[in-house]
Amino acid sequence: MSPPGSSAAGLDADRILIAPGHDAATVTEKISSVVFGRTPKWMFAVWAVGFALVMALLTQLAKLLFVGTGIWGVNIPVAWGFAIINLVWWIGIGHAGTLISAILLLLNQKWRTSINRFAEAMTLFAVACAVMFPVLHTGRPWLAFYWLLPYPNTMGMWPNFRSPLVWDVFAISTYGTVSLLFWFMGLIPDFATLRDRTAHRSLRRLFGFLAMGWRGSARHWHNYEMAYLLLAGLATPLVISVHSVISFDFSVAQVPGWHATIFPPYFVAGAVFAGFAMVLLLAIPVRRAFNLHDFITSRHLQNMGKVMLVTGLVVSYGYLMEFFFAWYSGNPFEIFAIAENRPTGPYKWIWMSLIFCNFLSIQLLWLKKVRQSPLLLWIISFIVSIGMWLERFVIVVISLHRDFLPSSWDMYAGTRWDWAFYLGTIGFFLCLMFLFVRFVPMIAMFEMKHLLPESKVKGRAKAH
Amino acid sequence: MDAAQERPAVYGMLAEFTSPQRLLEAVHRAKEAGYAAIDAFMPYPVEEISHEIADHKKSRVSAIVAVGAALGLASAFSLQYWISVYSYPLNVGGRPLNSWPAFVPVMFELTVLFASFAALGGMLFLNRLPRPHHPLFAVPEFERATVDRFFLLVKSDDEKFDYPSTRAFLEGLGPREVLDVDW
Amino acid sequence: MKESESLNEIRARLQGSRGASYWRSLDELAGTNAFRELLHREFPRHASEWDGSLDRRRFVQLASASLALAGLAGCTRQPIEKIVPYVRQPEQLVPGKPLYFATVHAVGGYATGLLAESHNGRPTKLEGNPEHPASLGRSDVRAQAAVLDLYDPDRSQAVTHLGQIRTWGAFVDAIGPKVTALKALEGEGLRLLTGTVTSPTVAALVAELRAAMPKARWHQHEAAGRDHVRRGALAAFGKPVETRYDLSRADVVVALDSDFLTQGPGAVRYALDFARRRKVHDLAAARRDGMSRLYAVESGVTATGTVADHRLAVKPTEVAHFALALAARLGVAGSAAPPFFADGERAEWVDAVAEDLQAHRGRCLVLAGDEVDAEVHTLLHAVNAALGNAGTTVIYTEPVEAEPVDQAASLAELVADARAGAVDTLVILGANPVYDAPADVDLAAALAEVPLSVHLGSHVDETAGHCHWHLPEAHQLETWTDARAFDGTTSIGQPLIEPLYGGKTAAEVLAVFLGRTLNAHELLREHWQTAWQTTGADFETRWRKVLHDGLVADSAAAPAQASVDAGAAGAAAAAIAGWTSGELELAFRPDPHLFDGRFANNGWLQECPRPITKLTWENALLMSPATARGLGLGDLTADGDQYLPTPVVELTVDGRGLEIPVWVVPGHADGALTLHLGYGRDFAGRVAAGAGVNACAVRAAAAPWRVAQGVAVRALGRRYRLASTQDHHSMEGRHIVLGDRFDNYLEHPEAYKPHLHVDPSLTLMPEDEFVYDGNNWGMSVDLTACTGCNACVVACQAENNVPVVGKDQVAKGREMHWIRIDRYYQGVDADRVEAVLHQPVLCMHCEQAPCEVVCPVAATVHSADGLNDMIYNRCVGTRYCSNNCPYKVRRFNFLLYQDWETPSLQLGRNPDVTVRSRGVMEKCTYCVQRISRARIAAKMEDREIRDGEVVTACQQACPSDALVFGDMNDPGSAVARAKASPLDYSLLEELGTRPHTTFLARIRNPNPKLEPPRQRPDHGAHA
Repeated sequence: MSPPGSSAAGLDADRILIAPGHDAATVTEKISSVVFGRTPKWMFAVWAVGFALVMALLTQLAKLLFVGTGIWGVNIPVAWGFAIINLVWWIGIGHAGTLISAILLLLNQKWRTSINRFAEAMTLFAVACAVMFPVLHTGRPWLAFYWLLPYPNTMGMWPNFRSPLVWDVFAISTYGTVSLLFWFMGLIPDFATLRDRTAHRSLRRLFGFLAMGWRGSARHWHNYEMAYLLLAGLATPLVISVHSVISFDFSVAQVPGWHATIFPPYFVAGAVFAGFAMVLLLAIPVRRAFNLHDFITSRHLQNMGKVMLVTGLVVSYGYLMEFFFAWYSGNPFEIFAIAENRPTGPYKWIWMSLIFCNFLSIQLLWLKKVRQSPLLLWIISFIVSIGMWLERFVIVVISLHRDFLPSSWDMYAGTRWDWAFYLGTIGFFLCLMFLFVRFVPMIAMFEMKHLLPESKVKGRAKAH
Repeated sequence: MDAAQERPAVYGMLAEFTSPQRLLEAVHRAKEAGYAAIDAFMPYPVEEISHEIADHKKSRVSAIVAVGAALGLASAFSLQYWISVYSYPLNVGGRPLNSWPAFVPVMFELTVLFASFAALGGMLFLNRLPRPHHPLFAVPEFERATVDRFFLLVKSDDEKFDYPSTRAFLEGLGPREVLDVDW
Repeated sequence: MKESESLNEIRARLQGSRGASYWRSLDELAGTNAFRELLHREFPRHASEWDGSLDRRRFVQLASASLALAGLAGCTRQPIEKIVPYVRQPEQLVPGKPLYFATVHAVGGYATGLLAESHNGRPTKLEGNPEHPASLGRSDVRAQAAVLDLYDPDRSQAVTHLGQIRTWGAFVDAIGPKVTALKALEGEGLRLLTGTVTSPTVAALVAELRAAMPKARWHQHEAAGRDHVRRGALAAFGKPVETRYDLSRADVVVALDSDFLTQGPGAVRYALDFARRRKVHDLAAARRDGMSRLYAVESGVTATGTVADHRLAVKPTEVAHFALALAARLGVAGSAAPPFFADGERAEWVDAVAEDLQAHRGRCLVLAGDEVDAEVHTLLHAVNAALGNAGTTVIYTEPVEAEPVDQAASLAELVADARAGAVDTLVILGANPVYDAPADVDLAAALAEVPLSVHLGSHVDETAGHCHWHLPEAHQLETWTDARAFDGTTSIGQPLIEPLYGGKTAAEVLAVFLGRTLNAHELLREHWQTAWQTTGADFETRWRKVLHDGLVADSAAAPAQASVDAGAAGAAAAAIAGWTSGELELAFRPDPHLFDGRFANNGWLQECPRPITKLTWENALLMSPATARGLGLGDLTADGDQYLPTPVVELTVDGRGLEIPVWVVPGHADGALTLHLGYGRDFAGRVAAGAGVNACAVRAAAAPWRVAQGVAVRALGRRYRLASTQDHHSMEGRHIVLGDRFDNYLEHPEAYKPHLHVDPSLTLMPEDEFVYDGNNWGMSVDLTACTGCNACVVACQAENNVPVVGKDQVAKGREMHWIRIDRYYQGVDADRVEAVLHQPVLCMHCEQAPCEVVCPVAATVHSADGLNDMIYNRCVGTRYCSNNCPYKVRRFNFLLYQDWETPSLQLGRNPDVTVRSRGVMEKCTYCVQRISRARIAAKMEDREIRDGEVVTACQQACPSDALVFGDMNDPGSAVARAKASPLDYSLLEELGTRPHTTFLARIRNPNPKLEPPRQRPDHGAHA
């Protein structure tokens, strides 16, 4: 058994996943200290901002429910506006979490461990924000929130399973549920750890309840690892499917600019792109604030930068292909919508900013220097997050506002209530993140320990 | 023998180790010594150990998950088919009543959903969790089982269990210390 | 308790105010917090409904209106009303089954015969009267909207004296002594002011009054009057002669600045006769009967101009010059072609037209609009005489008016006398001169000089504010009236409902001045008894028949002997030759919907997009894009710019000025401006308030329609957002409105169809999944016939309880009309418009409807008889269906648009149609309620539904039979025959939606001399 840290010897900072000098105790200590420690001052500032935005959200909701969707900018022909843009944006962000935990797990990417818990939480909260939009953007949310579900009712009515919106209901709710299960399952052993470390009686009860009597028995681990692996295996196609289904909302319709087969892969790539951007957006400050450089190392950031670069290029390829398909289809409506109205129409500036944010800005990530600089990474992630919002604006609004009959062409602009709703969900997201970081181990302790050199054991040849 | 007659004085006996390597060896030795009702405890999964304890048997979780998946798939299709064709047959845009291609997304989602519940549920069921109370929790040192210590447990219902000899055996494994687990 | 208190306060505060200040005080009042509280208590839903877009002015309007509702006087204790149960059901009346009564709708004195649909005693819908010559079952946009005027909550609701509420009895008592005094003076100083009067009863009463008081004088005034027509005829024939046209016999029509298809007394009939000569979808019939040809020479763009085969846009003065050139070319005495038409392209134009006319002597027609100068009318009488059209396509009859006078002179005289103190008592019946008199005729000042003035009006309007007495005028559906149509046919208007606010008629007021106390019904019967010289049983039988038919048999005006005085024609020609056209000319026109402003408070008419401009709620200064550039307003047609607010300019005419936003109309004559009357009402009600600018501010009595000199426009650098329902005017080369030349069509009937690179019949769907073997409803829209007059739009609104959303919402793109008329400009660019195309677009009821597939709750699905049904109660409002509808015919209730509070509006709703609430999608249903009514009738008689038994509201209203609805499975049905035509095509066919609403391509019949046939047939759709 080697002394702590020796494993790091001779490795440059770009490759280590956990700083030298740590053993199981210190890892536990460091991570759980955030939970048991006192709340730092700056956190209240974050909370204040989030809370203010949540108030804006509630005001908007009240106005919306009492007056109607007319308070927004939506009209005919642009009957979908900010609400759907934000839905897609949030769902996209929600993707990194499950992707990191599931796919990287299957690919046996060890660097995922320090960020997966964090990313999963982000997924859950993003989905929580996302689901508000499809329900509340309807004309009669008080009916919409349950009429889309297939439940026996006295009206003898059922939903229409041909509608992508019904698929959405199933896709999003499944995604949310499975992500929650996945997240919770990963937390069980850590809850046990917290249970055993806390001196506080009520906290002990709480964590004990959440740990469900986990004892770390080898038999437990045996089943646990299998279950966790399977869950990861299930979550992987799921994460791919969710944004594909969301993209069906558009590609199944026949609006020029929507009706394209490339949408599912292009949306998934976009989602991962946006998701990693958001992880960096959050992880970089948190890492700094809680001084977690030992666990979220430069390598983590760099890898995420690389993923962003790759998915960003895939998305850009998607843009390119849209033009190609439009041209190749020979469909005059498509050609107009993609090749004419987007780059040269009244919304051309939005389209150009999109290209800047999602294609040009990420080219910097080719440079190692940039990937190594948390600040630059953070700025690029910020730009990308905006870019992904613009992409959805381009798809939803710029396609709708000029469709088949020029007589019905019109313009669209969000109102202050649209913005209140959007920013409000961001505040809601911040608050949830705050609670998570404060009260739940934001890094999977047992998995981190698993990375420790001391965890390696040599089995011995059966001698009989 | 009389030890087997009346209830043993303890639930079992714990040997505490500081590294997984030690624990693994201990497990091997214990099994060689013929102990069957043993278990190991560790703060993070160490495959070799858990496989050893599970006698290299595959976990049954996968079977449960497969059943869940099948159930989800079947219920999703039958639900949609029954609604669209029998219960609520409408002319929707001239599309066939059984527009099965449109049913695929929901089928997929429900499959995953059911399977996932099966995975968590199966794991808990096989581990007999949740379990709020357990004699081990009464052992103060055991708290570190979820932090950085590794334990070997020999249960008192093992027919080879005999307080003095077992204790001696465990001492022989060179643990940090050996602990009694009371009822 | 509290509520009544605050109401009392309000009433107390109102008592003090009087006259014109009356409404103003309401406004101030509405500003107070106490009132806001009250309003929130009274109308919580409205109060909460107003979002930021609702500025204070609008607030005040609604506020004052809802006060008017509150009834001001005595709304705290309601009078006891005894209700009577249906113990014995009234004869004929079956609850839920509407009854139809013949009645009339008169605009500017001239009547159109109508049938009113009445549900349990509430008129809800007006249709044309098939018996009536001015209607033949059709109607126009104003007739369709008339029913809303009846329920207008802003109508004047009480007799007032100096702004204080009085009773009708009090008025009669107050007038009694005055009458005796006047009798003594032989009516010295008594003046009547009315609009144009055709009512025999009113005429008789006036005659009686004059007999009793010889010195009493009768003045007439119409803001959009027909003085020029009268003068023209008077000059030509030396006596007043009514001119009307028979378009069914005209092969070639030349229209000079005339919108005869949608404006004027005979428009509905003219449109029908004209359209019948242009129904060419039946190829065989087309080959046999050919197609009539229309030339239009005009300054603005009118509906008539848009359907013309050749259209020449010139300044108003040049229109007169064209008449002169044409007359000269046709050898009418004393006329010589003016320089503008002497040579070049325009000379050829004149030649071609003249040749065409001469080739059709006696079967052609040259006509000018009511607004065109009298001299032109005189000249054209000579031209038509020269072409032998008199008696064939042009019919001269005795005047239809009771007393044809030069109204401008008549009004001027009244004002002069009043200011001279010669007017002692002025009785204004139905006119609103203070608002609509020309700027240089100061009625307000004149009224101030009059000791006693009485005003009868439907609203407490501008004139009411300057009169001592105001009497609420009964709506035509509330009372007994009679009036004559454009051809003189007399109709009796029956009431369908008791006057909602105790309104009176002109006849009743006149009776008071005759010292008689008879109501409208008695006066009418009395007159006709004397007129027919019958009484008792004979009278009753005839009376019943007249009421039933809605017209007096053979009461058409007698033909008049009319021969044109050559000298007069020569003089007219000389006069016209003397006119020089100005740099910038201005033409006033009555608004296509609001006419002279009397309909300004009608939400349906205000919100219905105007035929060419597609503007709602406001008027603008119309000009061509080139003119706008010339005035330094920039290129307002560039892509993207059409979404910007338009520039505001100051228009000055001979020193008088007004500020008004500009609207460019491609196809408008360069160097000419058009300004519509009827806007800028101060005291008309909540709807009209703040809508547009009053054109009368720059209108002079001397030049009521055409201003050639002294017109100036100055950009103010401000911009203003007008609410237009269509921002994009080109078809972008898409196959939307298809069309062809008549001659091409006869040779290659299908040639107009574009070559699609996809076969729409290709599909993965099983074909036999759903078969429509019962009825299979469908519609055919004839783009050749459609004039874009909007009658269908308002008819649909009335039939289907479509709400009015207001300017702000229209500007946001949220208008609710179930049928809209798309208007495209066809041509090289905005400066060279070849044609203006109209395309009514309603739900296509696609067999493979994109909207249905995407609805998550199956709220829109297909019915067994081929309808695309919309289930409001199931709709949750995802709006996905609208996104996926390629025709964008679906409408969404973004807010609570329907007025659930105003009681009078509730009366007017169609009980057969659901009143939609907030958050649900809605759209055209093919008037499914009418289909079910027919189905029930058919089932009860155990038979199939007959063709023509189901008539949709839009189809019924259409004056030119452009819409045909019916069962496509019945090969004999009109719609099936229309769809069998080679001209039948589906909009966006390449999408494979299989629409049940299809179009008949637009066929033009150009003069080969002016437009030689092209080699390739044009596809109509290249802009």
